[in-house]
Amino acid sequence: MGMIEVVDFKKSFGAKVVHNGVTFYVKKGECLGLIGGSGAGKSVILRSLIGLEKPDEGRIIIDGENIAAMRENELVGVRKKVAYVFQGGALFDSMTVYENLAYPLREHTRMEETAIKNRILEQLAEFGLQGSESLYPGNLSGGMQKRVGLARAMMMNPEIVLYDEPTAGLDPYNTKVIQEHILNLKNRGVTSILVTHDMPTAFAVCDKLAFLLKGRIGAQGTLEELKKDPQGLITKFINGEAS
Amino acid sequence: MASMILPLSAMFSDLVHLAGGMGILSGRILRDLFRGPFYFRLLMEQIAVVGMKSLPLILITAGSIGMVMSLQFGLGLEKFGGKLYVPKLVTATVLRELGPVFTSLMVAARVGAGIASEIGSMVVTQQIDAIRALGTSPIKKIVIPRVLACLITLPLLVAVTNIVATLGGLVVGVTELRLDANFYYLKVLGTAGLPDYFSGIAKSVFFALFISIPACYYGLNVKNGTREVGLATTKAVVSASILILVGDFFLTKLLWMIEKWA
Repeated sequence: MGMIEVVDFKKSFGAKVVHNGVTFYVKKGECLGLIGGSGAGKSVILRSLIGLEKPDEGRIIIDGENIAAMRENELVGVRKKVAYVFQGGALFDSMTVYENLAYPLREHTRMEETAIKNRILEQLAEFGLQGSESLYPGNLSGGMQKRVGLARAMMMNPEIVLYDEPTAGLDPYNTKVIQEHILNLKNRGVTSILVTHDMPTAFAVCDKLAFLLKGRIGAQGTLEELKKDPQGLITKFINGEAS
Repeated sequence: MASMILPLSAMFSDLVHLAGGMGILSGRILRDLFRGPFYFRLLMEQIAVVGMKSLPLILITAGSIGMVMSLQFGLGLEKFGGKLYVPKLVTATVLRELGPVFTSLMVAARVGAGIASEIGSMVVTQQIDAIRALGTSPIKKIVIPRVLACLITLPLLVAVTNIVATLGGLVVGVTELRLDANFYYLKVLGTAGLPDYFSGIAKSVFFALFISIPACYYGLNVKNGTREVGLATTKAVVSASILILVGDFFLTKLLWMIEKWA
């Protein structure tokens, strides 16, 4: 049915039940905005979609494969086509920007160093990071770190991109750069899920929104459907009347 | 009574948990060790970190051990006219016990702490998650190079300790105890047999595992932010030190049994 399908997803940490039967799907080329209050478990779902967390119960189907049942070494294939954009960038601080970007290509392709260099320079230009290739993550601003993280995630031309709060703490310029990039990818047919509290970005890039409430999807719908229902849960959440 | 049993049972449960965790990690290391890809450059980097950078510390420690042992044995045995046994005693003690144990304790403090804090920081900053999300294995990229580097360099560092400590003993033997340098040298050569070398080096292989595996384990299991990085570092050093000191007794017994049997 969808490029990403999450069916009856359940996850607890100790006695704390975080998810109690989350179900949603995302079609190919679609962008789903996953919203909800702090601690609702949005990032846990996102991490589970790439196998960084295992669900207690339920299925996670990525491009027809149930990754919930996969072992770590079986997930490599999935992780080549699914990119994860970490909230803080998660750059390797012992490597330069260049080495961070080269990492996925050196690990998974047999590209020659010249081709890798060209690809990296191309990516750096796309994200407005020219001239920063020899810098270490510690020398970059928060916004630049996020853009480098995003650029690294894109190196393998993923079919699916999972964004964990990509615009959190960014200035309007960097927010716009990231919004434009998400839209570009969407136009190229890349499927994505965006976890965010930044509602203008969610409205700018997402096709539909899903609202996590009490361990389940409390409400979901396309932006048009949401606009037609001013009394809906998502509208209330956006207006600060529900959490 | 219950107040005594509860903490004991909690401690026992922690120990079982720890042993299980380290067992699982060791299993993963063994499984991934023989599966490609192999990161030779990372191994070389770690050998430099563990070996080369530990060398100054090891040289100072080894020299001091040799000199102190020589002085203590010399002053103690002088009363009984046993000063001539100093080269023999210092050599045997250094090769079999003090060389591997002191070197390992120094490496545990320097390298074990470094490994745990580095990996712990990588967990906190989601770099370990990034390694996994990018389709690579933290066991292969982070753990195995560090464990192998310890396994390769610790026996070499112990060999360096043996030489430097013996030289330290010789210097004190000649300058403080007025022993003849040639006599000291010949006694060292006469005492130091292959089983003595083998015993110390064999122990260091086990000690390398006692240092690197707990360090990686505690680093990888940091969960609640930077505060736990410090705790993980302390735990890694304490565990390694205990394992080295307690393990030394059992290894000594085992190696004596092997020597007798052989």
